[in-house]
Amino acid sequence: MYVAVKGGEQAIDNAHRLLAKKRRGDTSVAELGVEQIRQQLPLAVARVMTEGSLYDAELAALAIKQAAGDLVEAIFLLRAYRTTLPRFSASLPIDTSAMHINRRLSATFKDVPGGQLLGPTFDYTHRLLDFTLLAEGEYPGPQTQPDGRVEACPRVSGLLAKEGLIKEETDSGAPVADITREPLEYPASRAERLQALARGDEGFLLALGYSTQRGYGRNHPFAGEIRVGEVEVWIEPQELGFPIAIGVIEVTECEMVNQFVGSATELPQFTRGYGLAFGHAERKAMGMALVDRSLRAAEYAEEIVSPAQQEEFVLAHCDNVEAAGFVSHLKLPHYVDFQAELELIRKLRKPSKEQAR
Amino acid sequence: MTATAALTSTSSPELAARQHWIGVLSRTLRADLLAHEAALRDAEYQLIRPPEIGMTLVRGRMGGSGAPFNVGEMSVTRCVVRLADGRTGYSYLAGRDKAHAELAALADAHLQGAQQAHWIREVIEPLAQAQAVRRSRQQAETAATKVDFFTLVRGEN
Repeated sequence: MYVAVKGGEQAIDNAHRLLAKKRRGDTSVAELGVEQIRQQLPLAVARVMTEGSLYDAELAALAIKQAAGDLVEAIFLLRAYRTTLPRFSASLPIDTSAMHINRRLSATFKDVPGGQLLGPTFDYTHRLLDFTLLAEGEYPGPQTQPDGRVEACPRVSGLLAKEGLIKEETDSGAPVADITREPLEYPASRAERLQALARGDEGFLLALGYSTQRGYGRNHPFAGEIRVGEVEVWIEPQELGFPIAIGVIEVTECEMVNQFVGSATELPQFTRGYGLAFGHAERKAMGMALVDRSLRAAEYAEEIVSPAQQEEFVLAHCDNVEAAGFVSHLKLPHYVDFQAELELIRKLRKPSKEQAR
Repeated sequence: MTATAALTSTSSPELAARQHWIGVLSRTLRADLLAHEAALRDAEYQLIRPPEIGMTLVRGRMGGSGAPFNVGEMSVTRCVVRLADGRTGYSYLAGRDKAHAELAALADAHLQGAQQAHWIREVIEPLAQAQAVRRSRQQAETAATKVDFFTLVRGEN
């Protein structure tokens, strides 16, 4: 238990000044600008926006600068800022089928309508340090055909759904639960789970997703489709009474195609796991999709035996702001608490009267 | 209703035209709109709702086509202006750029007046054109990364 303490103000002030000095580094080196972070570290910005649960690239870049590159700290900063803003409305659901695609691939079909579009990717790089980046360079991009166009890319899951080979997604029109307004209760709905996973820590979801592949809650995933690109966001303001576009955001979407299920009344069908993240955040979207599927174990009457299938375990521990907060509080003074433990252990070690006799 | 259905389901052509220009203004780069600042501000107007920063809760759909769920918030700036003749213009724009929101609301007000054709020709069309150029450049780059994978048959020469 933590017991309140007083004092230390001067030391705290000085510690914060020291942190600011350390963050600045050697002053003979130019200071890093927020716009440089936003432009040149877009994948860090994407992670902070997704887990910070606020799409605002400039603020995410500012948070990264302020946190001296500690992304979990930056996520905390963005979450805190988020609570100071009023919410005008909820958007209409974004239409990822109408995405302006920058990257798209399917691991299930080689020849998929629209094709496989690699876009800007680390895939197929050799992971050798590029020493030319130590110097300034010019990066003009790929050779393009002026009339080069991205063809229509229908959803891969839609191709399977046409033949009835994959579970249909349906919308009952029920109100959308919001875990930022109503605390999670178990069992949670899939909408609540997906909202929690969307804010969840990438590393945690990656590890849990990996665990399902290694046999802890196995469900045979295939990356049905991954797409990265821009979608329009639409809202319907009350004072206007009709829907309007408010701008474009970049998102990453992953649809996993998983092990099929069937029953006496239903023919076997593939099942789905879904991941969606702000910005270019592929690993996050894939981890999310794997865990979304493993958490549907009860729905498909699968035996729940592994961590990735246990809803309460996953949802209660996937938020890195909560996790870091509770682990960090161990650094606060626990002097009184520890004194009690210390006394207890001393007592326990004293030979009892019977033994002394 | 999804975002794309929202555009196609509207009935009146007037409304569709307004949705179109609001969409163009929402996708516009600040610098492109600032080029029209003098023209847009060259009128008497009142701020009914000065630019205000808030958020919209972004929703996605399960599996891209199923029931909606909340992904996270995005920052949004909104503004309402009224011209001297009583017309009001609205804006809701992604981000926190108050000047951009005010100009977009002014454009929306001007576009509802008698000079609509003028504003469409002078502001909306050039902005839409710039967006189309950016988009096609981006598409050409993505198209350059299109691959054909060859499946190799195992155990054959």
